[in-house]
Amino acid sequence: MSYFSDIINGTKTLLTGMRITGKYFFVNLFTRKYVITQQYPDNIDTLKMFDRFRGEITLYHNENNEHKCDACTLCVSACPNGSLEVFGDKKPDPETGKNKRYLVKHIYHLEMCTMCGLCIEACPQDALEWGQNFHHVQYDRSKLTKVLNKPGSKLMSGIKG
Amino acid sequence: MEEFLTDQLKTQEYFLNMGPQHPATHGVLRLLLKLDGEIIRNVDMDLGFIHRSIEKMCERNTYKQIIHLTDRLDYLSSHMNNEAVCLLVEKALNIEVSDRIKVIRTMMDELTRISSHVLWWGVMGMDIGALTTFMYGFREREMINDIFEETCGARLTMNYNVIGGLRYDLHENFVKRVKEFIKHFKKKLPEYDKLLTNNVIFRKRIEGVGYISEKDAVAYGLNGPTARGSGISCDIRKIHPYSAYDRVDFEEAIFTEGDSYARYKVRIQEMWQSLSILEQLVDKIPEGEYRVKTKAVIKLPEGDYLQRVEAARGDFGIFVKSTGQKFPYRVKFRSPGFANLTALNKMTQGLKIADLVAVLSTIDIVVPDIDR
Repeated sequence: MSYFSDIINGTKTLLTGMRITGKYFFVNLFTRKYVITQQYPDNIDTLKMFDRFRGEITLYHNENNEHKCDACTLCVSACPNGSLEVFGDKKPDPETGKNKRYLVKHIYHLEMCTMCGLCIEACPQDALEWGQNFHHVQYDRSKLTKVLNKPGSKLMSGIKG
Repeated sequence: MEEFLTDQLKTQEYFLNMGPQHPATHGVLRLLLKLDGEIIRNVDMDLGFIHRSIEKMCERNTYKQIIHLTDRLDYLSSHMNNEAVCLLVEKALNIEVSDRIKVIRTMMDELTRISSHVLWWGVMGMDIGALTTFMYGFREREMINDIFEETCGARLTMNYNVIGGLRYDLHENFVKRVKEFIKHFKKKLPEYDKLLTNNVIFRKRIEGVGYISEKDAVAYGLNGPTARGSGISCDIRKIHPYSAYDRVDFEEAIFTEGDSYARYKVRIQEMWQSLSILEQLVDKIPEGEYRVKTKAVIKLPEGDYLQRVEAARGDFGIFVKSTGQKFPYRVKFRSPGFANLTALNKMTQGLKIADLVAVLSTIDIVVPDIDR
């Protein structure tokens, strides 16, 4: 007796499950109401990340190609992985005549970065900020090492060196 | 016939490797199976394929830098792991955090727990052969991931807790999104029951399979939902309440059957409880500061410190021995997955290989948590 009741029971639960999957299948077939997947590489132009998304570290530059970094290297000591390297130099300030520190190269090793955000918190000038870009794939590891300060950029006025 | 089989056709036990690249081992875990035909006689675990020496790395990192490493242990309950480090340092330095921080931490914990259990539910179905559940599980998980991404900035390794509070304040859409999620998920959980829990094939695969008694569960040091399926009350949220768990009303999900189905029911029940905790807190997030200012260089006073939290897989503990320097002298993580995995041999004695996959799925292991 249990043989037949098992068959009936099994078919019943099978149909209950198929009703759920069937509902999603047919509604999506005609109206696309429950579709949650995205056509990823095709929607790259319209894909917008959230404001706080941690994609990569960038150095803020304003429209005059000026940044806020005075090469204090606090970000370097805050980084747990050694993914930042800052090279600074000193030259006399034309106004005061004192030696002033300036940034030569801000090197960022993206391949070592874990996006912990400690460098951004450590920066006293708020020079570093999060970038939204997440397309980091490269064929060569060396291409992931980036120089953050743009060529020809200089220190924003009002920032102490 | 019996005589013929035993006398003429001698069977012998043999070894079979399952893993390390087997999809049903949930990561790089190698199981050495001693088989008699298809019946399991012994299961040996070979660990260490994804060992990254995180405990040793912690010894050369400051306390602030440790937090992001704990994301990479049990990546499905990264928020609880972060919280454990923060609670430990806050307790050692007597930093009092505001109610707002406590409530937000609790809500994030419960969202993480739901997201982890939903993923487990999907994978559990997939391990047994129901591919659809994986897609449906990820549908709900995507909503939680969006909440995390908007507020914390990342989907998996959130790294939202800092010592003395939270990295950012809540995003303005957070409450709206959580309410949307609660409404959505309340409709979907009964659907899960219809689709998978009440399915006869699924029930026959897990009912009475992978039994472990209460006594054995204590002996193996099981914890989390795996132990609660054997009737052991071991919820850290109840035993040692932290954050805002002492002011919310929830029940510890305990089932006494001790088989795979009991462990399945515990996790489904926990999702309901997490939803109820979220519902209680979502309208009552107090105002206040989201971050207490701490010193730039954090040094723990000399001594030993221990903090336990209830991660999605069980009791996550972190032990720190400090010599008063800015680096810890020794860090030890007590991960729930490691203890749970040791009981696999006991659970699968005399079962078939296909049942091993089902039992392994109900233990809900995350291999980076086991290997560290």
